Amino acid sequence: MFGKLTLEDIPYDVPILVATAIVVLLGGLVVVGALTYFKKWKWLWTEWLTSVDHKKLGIMYFLVALVMLLRGFADAIMMRTQQALAAGGSEGYLPPEHYDQIFTAHGVIMIFFVAMPMVIGLMNLVVPLQIGARDVAFPFMNNLSFWLFIAGVALTMVSLFIGEYGKTGWLAYAPLSGIKYSPGVGVDYWIWGLQISGIGTTLTGINFFVTILRMRTKGMTLFRMPIFTWTSLCANVLIILSFPILTATIALLTLDRYLGMHFFTNDMGGNMMMYVNLIWAWGHPEVYILILPAFGVFSEVIATFAKKRLFGYNTMVWATVAIAFLSFTVWLHHFFTMGAGADVNAFFGIATMIIAIPTGVKIFNWLFTMYRGRLEFTSPVLWTLGFIITFTIGGMTGVMLAVPGANFVLHNSLFVIAHFHNVIIGGVVFGMLAGLTYWFPKAFGFTLDEKWGKRSFWCWIIGFYLAFMPLYILSFYGAVRRMQSYANADWQPLMIVAWFGAVLILCGIACTVIQFIVSIRDREKNADITGDPWDARTLEWSTSSPAPFYNFAHLPNVGSIDAFWEAKKEKGMAADKPTQYEDIHMPKNTVAGPIIGLISIVFGFALVWHIWWLAGVSAIGMFVAFMFRVFNDDIDYYVPAAEVERIEREHHKRLEMQA
Amino acid sequence: MRMKKNLGWLGILPLIAVLLSGCGSALMDPKGQIGVEQKSLIITAFWLMMIVVIPVLIMTVVFAWKYRHSNHAAKYMPDWAHSNKIEVFVWLIPCVIILFLGIITWKTSHSLDPNKPIESDADTMEVQVVALDWKWLFIYPEQGIATVNEVAMPVDVPVHFRVTSASVMNSFFIPTLGSQIYAMAGMDNDVYLVANEAGVYAGKSSNYSGEGFSEMTFDARAMSQDDFDAWVDKVGQSSETLSYDGSYQELAEPSTDHPVEYFSDVTSGLYRDIIESFKDGSGEGGQDGYGESSMSAEAAE
Repeated sequence: MFGKLTLEDIPYDVPILVATAIVVLLGGLVVVGALTYFKKWKWLWTEWLTSVDHKKLGIMYFLVALVMLLRGFADAIMMRTQQALAAGGSEGYLPPEHYDQIFTAHGVIMIFFVAMPMVIGLMNLVVPLQIGARDVAFPFMNNLSFWLFIAGVALTMVSLFIGEYGKTGWLAYAPLSGIKYSPGVGVDYWIWGLQISGIGTTLTGINFFVTILRMRTKGMTLFRMPIFTWTSLCANVLIILSFPILTATIALLTLDRYLGMHFFTNDMGGNMMMYVNLIWAWGHPEVYILILPAFGVFSEVIATFAKKRLFGYNTMVWATVAIAFLSFTVWLHHFFTMGAGADVNAFFGIATMIIAIPTGVKIFNWLFTMYRGRLEFTSPVLWTLGFIITFTIGGMTGVMLAVPGANFVLHNSLFVIAHFHNVIIGGVVFGMLAGLTYWFPKAFGFTLDEKWGKRSFWCWIIGFYLAFMPLYILSFYGAVRRMQSYANADWQPLMIVAWFGAVLILCGIACTVIQFIVSIRDREKNADITGDPWDARTLEWSTSSPAPFYNFAHLPNVGSIDAFWEAKKEKGMAADKPTQYEDIHMPKNTVAGPIIGLISIVFGFALVWHIWWLAGVSAIGMFVAFMFRVFNDDIDYYVPAAEVERIEREHHKRLEMQA
Repeated sequence: MRMKKNLGWLGILPLIAVLLSGCGSALMDPKGQIGVEQKSLIITAFWLMMIVVIPVLIMTVVFAWKYRHSNHAAKYMPDWAHSNKIEVFVWLIPCVIILFLGIITWKTSHSLDPNKPIESDADTMEVQVVALDWKWLFIYPEQGIATVNEVAMPVDVPVHFRVTSASVMNSFFIPTLGSQIYAMAGMDNDVYLVANEAGVYAGKSSNYSGEGFSEMTFDARAMSQDDFDAWVDKVGQSSETLSYDGSYQELAEPSTDHPVEYFSDVTSGLYRDIIESFKDGSGEGGQDGYGESSMSAEAAE
């Protein structure tokens, strides 16, 4: 009846987990209670959960990502605490059984459920607005992608309280992740969490690829697109090309585990080296899926706040395209030590270094955008400056790792850990926090508090250097990654410094939370009436804040890269007041998205625990829901011109009142 | 902005400190020829990149400060967004540096290839290494002995480590001597190392392999030829012996924090039998069809 699931699989004997479960349950009860008390269920369902509005989906992605950041960070500080304690014969407070699950969960959560939804959330919020579109190409699919992502999050969180998570590292290298060496359900949670959310990501990639290519407003040629849209386009191409590799690889591993096949096992002709190759053939493009949109954010931020055109737009575009292309030619640099031979290693080493060229060019272009500008030190600019410095250092250590001869002693050491946090925190996290601050008023109609934003920045950047510079040093003393304990007590002082750095980062996260609270409190004072609080350059700032659900009453016409900026310079700040409005064609909300998504949680859970009947029932359920959607023709409607006029009039009235 | 300047240096200083001082670290104070070459490679690559990293850090701080919003003395050109001179410069500098690094990479990928024997007056000694859950088995085919979690070698004698696994993937790594190499079931990988100074060096698995991974460590003992001969004798006096069908199967059972063990006798071909056991599809260790000489992971692939 319940497959492998028994009462013993609930870890009620582990105090940390029981406490976490209680906190999560209480938090859930508070939310449910509040929704009931304020009678907000219907609002939540119609305005948010079933919404196909790209802006609302973007906000929901980002919100979930911030919640998961708390979970991923809790894992991080537990690991740092363990390594600060477990020196010279001490076992610390986490046995390998727990420690191994924690570093696995930390990696998976931070990449798939924090960085990815931040990037996808920001693309959702910004890209259609930047290209002057009213929504994405496939609005229902966009909602479905979000819900498949939620299913992945839910399965990963459930593993905390029912059963266990993988103890394999975030990429679940075979044969360790095979059924022989990982007989528990941890790897199965990993499989189904990533498989379901990964399909959502692929759909997102297709959606935004088509949106950017097909739905640009009049006059917006490819080489008039804002840089953030360009970097998003490249990231989505990478998603389309790479995520199917992940899906196929995990599917093969699933066949090994569930049907006793031998793709990646040690014996019977299985080849674990193939697993490592395939997972990195996805894994390396993946890091560029994360960093390219962050590059886009920095480009927008630096041009806006330097009050100056972006230096070398064409170069920026071609550098982005070059990075995207090259990202598929370097995967082997993750395992030079497999023994592939000198020619192969040298090829992939040099290919990797070549990526440093377009990346270096981008850095110079940001610097020359500041040059002869008028740079305002807002918090997005601080994140950008922090990024340039931090990412340059991280890029340098990356090139050091790319030299095979040096990699043979740096690989698998803490040098690698320090390097990729150097580029992911310094690049992706800083970029997403800059983007959050920059586009927040477009989503909510008021700006975020600058004081707390800057405090968050200083905590993050100082915390980062304290947490990760010691790891570079320790790697030179032979410290490797994923150690639950270590014999050499000399390493302990630096591990304690790293722990302190993590605490500072916690302060940075706390500052962001306080920033939200303070900003919501002061929302009247910080209201963005004009829709253009930064005197910015791109189309999203030409509509009101928050943007109306149809984005633009009239689709804008674009004649150059910084068309909005130039229009402002020519006509002054007064927005056009159109004399007449038209009906606007919009997609309707969908119930199929959340229903398929929620059933897919049950589906994944049933497969994890081998509850076959439930898996069958839920598979049928998803199919039926999907068929209902497919045969439903009532999926769109027209917003009457009068309604558009009313909304726009209100906006103009507010503008006039402010003037 | 004063603080920002400090931060830039914060990132660089520890690295420079480590690279310059060495101060007894495994990678900056290596005890073998391979490690010495890798140290100089790391330092060369580091300084080559400093040619571009240092100007970028300085430019970031200087540009941000000079062109700050409140500084009306600085030139402001809101529409200036292109300069052929600067474009050439920003492409050329990274290209030249990467060209040099690329040449160095090509050369050192070959000279430091783990598969490459080390040239020496002394004959190369072979040691067969098997990663087990979670300990290291070392077989000395020329001496007919085996050890667990301790490996010894004479100073200045190149050692050909042939590395495989009887379980999941591990990585065989003695940081003070140099290169690591993956240990994979059914694969026969190679790494050549030499110790040029006597001492006891920490060895470990660097690739996570499960529950007992953190304690999967061993001592690598480099000693004079006389001491090594004495060590071989000492191992040879052990009452334990090792054979594929007998005590090896017992040893291969998972164990954590395994003590050092000596075996005075090993059935010949044990290393080959372990590799073979994953090859013939029955899991029973076939006897033919497998080349005697080192079949690298590359060839097997």
